[in-house]
Amino acid sequence: MKFRAKIVDAACLNHFTRVSAMIAKLAKTCTLRISPQKLNFILSDKVASGGVSMWCELEQENFFREFQMEGVSAENNAIYLELMSENLSRALKTAQNARALKIKLTNKHFPCLTVSIELLSVSSSSRIVTHDIPVKVIPRKLWKDLQEPTVPVSDVSIYLPVLKTMKSIVEKMKNISNHLIIEANLSGELNLKIETELVCVTTHFKDLGNPPSASEDASRDRDPEQMAEVHIDIRKLLQFLAGQQVNPTKAVCNIVSNKIVHFDLLHEDVSLQYFIPAFS
Amino acid sequence: MKCLVTGGNVKVLGKAVHSLSRIGDELYLEPLEDGLSLRTVNSSRSAYACFLFAPLFFQQYQAAAPGQEALRCKILMKSFLAVFRSLATVERSVEKCCISLGGRSSRLVVQLHCKYGVRKTHNLSFQDCESLQAVFDPALCSNVLRAPARVLGEAVLPFPPALAEVTLGIGCGRRVILRSYQEEEEADSTVKAMVTEMSIGQEDFQQLQAQEGVAITFCLKEFRGLLSFAESANLSLSVYFDAPGRPAIFAVSDSLLDGHFVLATLSESDLHSPALCSPELRRLAPPLQAHSTPHLDDFANDDIDSYMIAMETTADSEGSRAVPSISLFPGLRPPCSPGPYSEDNEAEAGTQPGTPPPKKFRSLFFGSILAPAHSPPGPSPVLAEDSEGEG
Repeated sequence: MKFRAKIVDAACLNHFTRVSAMIAKLAKTCTLRISPQKLNFILSDKVASGGVSMWCELEQENFFREFQMEGVSAENNAIYLELMSENLSRALKTAQNARALKIKLTNKHFPCLTVSIELLSVSSSSRIVTHDIPVKVIPRKLWKDLQEPTVPVSDVSIYLPVLKTMKSIVEKMKNISNHLIIEANLSGELNLKIETELVCVTTHFKDLGNPPSASEDASRDRDPEQMAEVHIDIRKLLQFLAGQQVNPTKAVCNIVSNKIVHFDLLHEDVSLQYFIPAFS
Repeated sequence: MKCLVTGGNVKVLGKAVHSLSRIGDELYLEPLEDGLSLRTVNSSRSAYACFLFAPLFFQQYQAAAPGQEALRCKILMKSFLAVFRSLATVERSVEKCCISLGGRSSRLVVQLHCKYGVRKTHNLSFQDCESLQAVFDPALCSNVLRAPARVLGEAVLPFPPALAEVTLGIGCGRRVILRSYQEEEEADSTVKAMVTEMSIGQEDFQQLQAQEGVAITFCLKEFRGLLSFAESANLSLSVYFDAPGRPAIFAVSDSLLDGHFVLATLSESDLHSPALCSPELRRLAPPLQAHSTPHLDDFANDDIDSYMIAMETTADSEGSRAVPSISLFPGLRPPCSPGPYSEDNEAEAGTQPGTPPPKKFRSLFFGSILAPAHSPPGPSPVLAEDSEGEG
């Protein structure tokens, strides 16, 4: 198993740093999947994550000047590594003024992802920062749990409002109740509701627009005013929103009534899918 | 004692107090002939810090009222720090700072003369105390490096603020290496910590006199205290060190002040991190005995990781108010509560608890002979130190 990659472009480096910061906010521990064309950050819907799952994908050639990998075997040309997302984010944050950044898979008493940064220096000699991020290599038999999730057929698909606005609203609602109802319809309306014995609070978003639906028939049959709703844990939604520092290029919310809410985001060229299940 | 600080120096003084507050909870204030000294030591006696402000630093400096002996005192760091809590405010509005001790008041009076005629007076209660002395000599250290504080500030930037200890050493190609130090976890521990290493070329250093492979591990948090002072004052910082286990001396100085932080370092037997360059770390420097005078050898050699400061006793006639001298000897340290870098199995043999040799006693912290100015009247009472174990 081999992996070596190098970033030399400052913009690419900053973008990659932002992606890793976002991942660090979304998942404490995640799986990094390295394949010839892509890098994926994966969180599978285990009990530990509370049923939440995440799939983030980026094309390696948009970031790395050099990229070489050799997977477990020729047929299984991928590497799956489990790591603490915070470590990668912290390591990349120290690369603010880097001339070049190299990442490679190493074995220093235990498997590591070594991030080596050559800093721009006033003096002639360069300064080098090295971070050894401990990783766990995930054996092939567990790979099946870490595949790209199938996008469920949703009842309603709607564009999200400005995420920052949504986040500040959800933050306030969290003080009242942990149980949030998210509902939307095909007329571009999205509601966030909390209901307690004493008080109900609803925030209405209008004119959001709906993406063209995959299945024409389904959307024609459905009453555009009818809301599809899911009851979710507000903290999971808040964690998702907290990870979005920058407003994405595209943000779609797909709701499967009473089952799951699926967020499909695009940050420039990085795609992020986040699934929050309904309360069981 | 009466001294007056004006202008930008008030902020410098405040910054020094902030630095000292990173080390200890009590501030020892002692007006000397060559300036006002502010000192502190941490609770486990593994770090000592001292700033000496020369008389020229002050607009007025009077160490003691004529004909009287200089008073010295110990105050709560928290109280003194409160005077200089907000450095931004100090810089903006304080024009003069007057510190006085003795006279009519039985308090240490710190008076800030601020803009618009505002005057803030702090009356701090203090305790009489012995002189807090640590004996150390940078000249005795075989390794030294010096760099502008900015370089060292940039060097520690990649390390998380929470990191406790760092290893500093010379790697291959005469590069100065800083590496995060982690306590060794159990072999099957699944959560290993990230290791960060910063490598700087020797060209960034104003002075580098050290062998490749030599390395010391010390508390980064304590070092940051002096570093932030040096950065704000735009001074160069020197690091004097020897073999692992021997204290390292961090120093800044200019014409008006100097500051020294003396920090304990992990001894080789404690070190877990791999060598920075060569497969073996440099062997220990010759044991302390080589430096000592021939006839004194009751105490364990410097491998013993009991970093304690021997406090000088002064045979003061006002001894009735003085806190009894506390001489700390390794033999009295309860074995179950080791110091921060001590090994339980370190030989505590050779110490004779309770009886310092007459006239001379060794400061174990810094391993050189301290001949007290006045010989203590008879064997000084030796009190057991607080058994505050290393938490």
